[in-house]
Amino acid sequence: MNAPTPIRFHANVRGVLANPVLRASFRGAMDFLMARRAAQFPAADAFEALRAQGEQIRQHSLARLPELLETLEANLQRNGIQVHWAETPLQACRLIIDLATRAGGDLVVKGKSMVSEEIELNHALEAAGIGALESDMGEYIVQLAGEKPSHIIMPAIHKTKEDIARLFADKVPGVDYTDSVDELIQIGRRVLRDKFRDTRVGLSGVNIAVAETGTLCLVENEGNGRMCTTVPDVHIAITGIEKVVARLEHVPPLLTLLTRSATGQAATTYFNWISGPRRAGELDGPREVHLVLLDNGRSGAYADIRLRATLQCIRCGACMNHCPVYARIGGHAYGTTYPGPIGQIVSPHMLGLEATQDLVTASSLCGACGEVCPVKIPIPDLLLQLRQQSQGNAAAPLLPGAGRGRKALQSISYQLFAWLYARPALYRLFSFVATRLRAFTPARQGVWTGSRAPLRPAARSLHERMKSRAGESCA
Amino acid sequence: MSAPLARQRILARLRAAPPQDIPAPTLPLAPMPASDEIRLDQFRRGIEAFHAEVIDARQRTWQTVLAEVCAAKRIGTLMLPPADLADLNPWPGGPRLSRFDRPIEMHKAELFDAIDAGLTIADGAIADTGTLIQADPRRMPRTLSLVPPIHICLLDPRCIYPSLQGALAATPWKQAMPSNLIFISGPSKTADIQQTMAYGAHGPRELIVLLTAGT
Repeated sequence: MNAPTPIRFHANVRGVLANPVLRASFRGAMDFLMARRAAQFPAADAFEALRAQGEQIRQHSLARLPELLETLEANLQRNGIQVHWAETPLQACRLIIDLATRAGGDLVVKGKSMVSEEIELNHALEAAGIGALESDMGEYIVQLAGEKPSHIIMPAIHKTKEDIARLFADKVPGVDYTDSVDELIQIGRRVLRDKFRDTRVGLSGVNIAVAETGTLCLVENEGNGRMCTTVPDVHIAITGIEKVVARLEHVPPLLTLLTRSATGQAATTYFNWISGPRRAGELDGPREVHLVLLDNGRSGAYADIRLRATLQCIRCGACMNHCPVYARIGGHAYGTTYPGPIGQIVSPHMLGLEATQDLVTASSLCGACGEVCPVKIPIPDLLLQLRQQSQGNAAAPLLPGAGRGRKALQSISYQLFAWLYARPALYRLFSFVATRLRAFTPARQGVWTGSRAPLRPAARSLHERMKSRAGESCA
Repeated sequence: MSAPLARQRILARLRAAPPQDIPAPTLPLAPMPASDEIRLDQFRRGIEAFHAEVIDARQRTWQTVLAEVCAAKRIGTLMLPPADLADLNPWPGGPRLSRFDRPIEMHKAELFDAIDAGLTIADGAIADTGTLIQADPRRMPRTLSLVPPIHICLLDPRCIYPSLQGALAATPWKQAMPSNLIFISGPSKTADIQQTMAYGAHGPRELIVLLTAGT
């Protein structure tokens, strides 16, 4: 089976749209998540005030990004956390393989980390002879099925409990078919508990990094994040360079926005602030803590003030929950690590605009994503800018692959359209001819008529009709 | 250890980008602290909504209430933190008491496989979200609130901050963060299978908060 890739977007979409079970899974999950979030933000003005704070905290942090990264590094090191930098996914994977090997680990037990998905860490580890085990329940299910997450917060959202029951009965030794959710979770718990106890290397992502104190913050409900960062001898955290904030006081507004927007909770079960390995006199905790800071195109987005807004993201997933396109096609069809509206604006700087040329067009620009974004990223505006970039119509190319989405016929049509509509005499002649020849309009008009009625000029143009009406009433 | 030059190159690219001047956000002041009772009530409703049980032990001794909880939950082995807990001795018909007083490497097998419940003392709580705080890994090992299937936590209700902001302002964390600061709002849970909530995902399936006037 070919893994979906962004370049195959249209083929991927056709597959999903024809699958009613999958569509029902996504519709149900999106309705659930939207309702949960709405219940947490009952007052629109309070939400707006909080969003404005969230936006300003993220923008302020990004404006000082290089300085904050250096402060973060210095304070993490002062706390005994070792800091590593990686420009590319390959470098990040190598760093982590080296760290795991030095720790004598043949297995890495993983908490939920989208950045580790972004760098395809599991494949790299396996190629180096090191196992990788996902421990978030959703991620564990997806890994067991040999798939990828279809949502950044709820990775197994595309699966029904019956799917998971069959998967466990097939893949987990000694397990009989059961579709009781509680029993399924207990099976996952049993399998993973032994791994938490015995594995030497744990890996996690980071939700917020605090520069002034040298602290890594992690949000979770299951406890697997705490297990991975507490029980193994070595904890390796990986995050994108954009996740840093300056001060401890910047955490509360972002945390509130994150948990409420993501799963509609006032707080998650655990909020874990890690500021160092086990200290003298402490009886547990990792002996070593490492942070890998990944660029992977983020500094490219940072170079343009408008695209920089993509780095404000706190990865809550609200934009995908509210997206009419995501709700119909789900996460896999995008073929990228980050699906949905946020994926459409961050994937271009990670993968280039050639591979993502169809993604930037996969939006009705309805604006829902921009309205719910807790840090006010203008996603629809950014999509328009990326379309311009992809078409090669922007003044300056910003990202690799700019202009590669240009299609000759489309481009000529738009140029002709612009030229004609700017010349009144020619336009009147054109509309006169077009309306008179409407009977000859072709019934097949390329992709347009694939799922729509053909375009046909009216019997008379609006100009003509207005002129004749003016004659009637004002004579 | 980093990829060669990665750090310099990333920072150089960021520094070459056009500068922006975005003022530091003005954050609203922490809400005025409400009375102890209001904060306790808010905390209680919050954490109960997260599926925790709260038992007020202030009118009796917490040891008595703990014994009742152990009997009701059929706790056979209870693990205590290293710190001395006044007046907690084995009682007739009570669980076997074990103490987390050596490095985890020496407790692992017992902790993961034999302990039914862990007992901890909270360093405080947050009212508006219903959150317990554990801020000193030396006194409270991290795994004691995480690994056993039941977590029993003693909380002095006089230590409840109105909000996270209030807690940040009132504690010395800004100057000296503990190696691990842990916030707990309810037992471990997941909705990863078809949005159906299940408790006891990887951490405790039950969280019981005992309100006490002092330990």
